Amino acid sequence: MKRRLAIWRAQARNTLAIQLQYRISLVIWMIGLVLSPLVYLVVWTTVAHAKGGDVGTYSAHDFAAYFILLMIVDHITFTWVIFNADFRIRQGALSPLLLRPVHPINADIVENVSFKLLMLMVILPAAVVMSIAFGPRLHPDPWAVIAFFPALLLAAVLRFTVEWTVSLISFWISRMAALDQMYYVLVLFLSGQVAPISLFPAPVQLAANVLPFRWMVAFPVELLLGRVSPHDATIGFAVLLAWLAVGLAALRLTWRLGLKQYSAVGA
Amino acid sequence: MTPAIHVRGLRKIYTVPVREPGLWAAVRGLVRRGSRDVAAVDGISFDVAAGEMVGFLGPNGAGKTTALKMLSGLLHPSGGELSVLGFLPSRREEAFLRQITLVMGQRSQLAWDIPALDSFELNAAIYDVSPADYRRMVDEMTELLDLEDLIRKPVRNLSLGERMKCEIAVAILHRPRVLFLDEPTIGLDVTMQRRIRAFISEYSKRYGASVLVTSHYMADIEALCSRVVVIHHGKLLFDGDLSALAAQFSPHKTIVVDLKNGVADLSRYGEIVSADDGRVELRVPKSETARVTSRLLSDLEVEDLTVEDPPIEDVIERVFAQGAT
Repeated sequence: MKRRLAIWRAQARNTLAIQLQYRISLVIWMIGLVLSPLVYLVVWTTVAHAKGGDVGTYSAHDFAAYFILLMIVDHITFTWVIFNADFRIRQGALSPLLLRPVHPINADIVENVSFKLLMLMVILPAAVVMSIAFGPRLHPDPWAVIAFFPALLLAAVLRFTVEWTVSLISFWISRMAALDQMYYVLVLFLSGQVAPISLFPAPVQLAANVLPFRWMVAFPVELLLGRVSPHDATIGFAVLLAWLAVGLAALRLTWRLGLKQYSAVGA
Repeated sequence: MTPAIHVRGLRKIYTVPVREPGLWAAVRGLVRRGSRDVAAVDGISFDVAAGEMVGFLGPNGAGKTTALKMLSGLLHPSGGELSVLGFLPSRREEAFLRQITLVMGQRSQLAWDIPALDSFELNAAIYDVSPADYRRMVDEMTELLDLEDLIRKPVRNLSLGERMKCEIAVAILHRPRVLFLDEPTIGLDVTMQRRIRAFISEYSKRYGASVLVTSHYMADIEALCSRVVVIHHGKLLFDGDLSALAAQFSPHKTIVVDLKNGVADLSRYGEIVSADDGRVELRVPKSETARVTSRLLSDLEVEDLTVEDPPIEDVIERVFAQGAT
C-alpha cells in the first residue's frame, strides 16, 4: 500500500505538472465545463417562466438547483478514457504502460482525480456565481445530504468503471469515434444532463432506471435536491451497486480478452 | 545453468484483412470480409545466457520487433515455448516486469511535456527503487550518457539523440536483468551511437544483464555482440558467432593490391570488385586465398597487399538474399 501511495503521488505530481503547462487549454476546458449546464439552465428557466412558473414539478429555482448541482456532479464523474482509447490501443500507446509492473488503470485513476481536484477550484466558484444569478432552491432532509456523498463517490467509480470498459472495445474495433458518439448521446439523455429524468415520458424513465447512466450523474443530484424518498434512495443504491459489480466484472474480463488480442501496432 | 531467455518454436500469426482494390470490392467488403493469416514469427528457437549480448538481425518485416514484443510480454504468442528469467512473459507478472525492459524508438516511457527527471522519479516509485539506488543510478547514467543538461528540460524540447539517451536511462533505472533494445541508435549521429553502445556494453558487464538488440547499424552489432541471431520471413536463418556468419554466408575473402606500375588487368586472379589508381580489390574463394596471394606477389610488382574479410554489411546482404529464395 505504501508503494501504491508513492506511485500515485508521483503520478499526480506529473499529471498536474503536465496540465499546468497548457494554460489556454485549461481555460477552454473550464469554459466548456461551465457552458453546457449553463445553456440548459437558461433554456429550462425560460421555459418555466413561459409556462407560468413550472415545468412538471420543477420551478425555475428548482431548475437552477438541478443544473448547478449537475455541473458539479458531472465534472466529478466524467472521464475521457473512451476518447483516448483510439490513440492508446489502436496506435500502441498502451505498450509502454503495459511494460510497467503496475496496472495501467492506476495512472488513469490518478490522472482523473488530480485533474478533477484542480478544476474544482474553478467549478466551485462558478457554481457560487451561478447561484447568486439564478437563486437555486434546495430542500433536502439531513439524511439525504449525508447520502449524497457516498452516492457521488459510487457514481464516480461506476462511471469510471463503465467508461474504462467501453474504451477497451477498441481492442476489437478500429474506429472508436462512432461508438464514442453513441455512448455520449446515451449519457446525455439518460443521465439527466439535458433535463431531469422525471420530465421524460414513462418509457424513457424506465430505460433510465434500468440502465447505468442515471446512477452515474442524476441520482446524487436528485438526492441533494430532496426529490428522492428514503425507499427510492435504497433502491437507487442497490441498482448502483449492482451495476458497479457488473461493471467491474466486465472490466476484468474485457481487459483479459483484449490483451490476448492486442497487436501493439506502431509500437 | 538455465538460460535467461529460452525460446522454442515460437510463433505469432496475425490475421490481416485483405481486399481487392476498387469501389465495388469496398462495397462487397461491407458484407463479406476477406482475411488471411500471416506468420510474422514462424517457429524460431534460441537461448540467451545470463549476461550474454546477442544481436537480433533481419531485414524490415522479418519479425524481429514482433519477437521482442512477445519476449517482453506485450503480445501473446500463437504457439511455441517461451520463458524469460523463468517467467511466461505474456502473463505479465509483476516480478517479471520488474526485471526486464524494452526500449523502442517510437514509443516512450517519458512524458512529453515535462522534464525527463520527473519521469525518472515516477519510474523510481513504480519500480520501488530505493532513494540511495536511485541517486546512484541517476549519477551513473548522468556521467556515462552525459545527461546533466538534458534531464531538466521538457522532453519535447530535446533533439532525437538527446531524447534517446533519456529514453535508455529511464528504461534501465530499475536495473533490469534482461534488456530488449529495438533499434536503440536509430537516427543518431556517429558520436551518439558510440556513446550509447559503450553505455549498453558497460551496463551489461557491470550488472551481468542479458541484452537482445536489433539494429540496422552493423557497427552496433559488431561493437556489442559476438553472437547474432538472424531471422527472415519469421524463420531462423542463422544463430552463432558473428565471424562464423561471415564464414558460412560469404565463402570469399577480399584481396586489396596496390600496384607499383599503375592499373593492370587482374581478372584472371579473381573477381574484380573495384580498380582505380593502381589499387585493385579482388574477391576470391577462401580456399584460393593463399594460392592467389602468392601468385600475385610473384607475377606482379606489388607495393602493398592485404587480405580482408568482406564488410559485415555485405555478408548480411547475402544472408538475406539467400533467405529470400
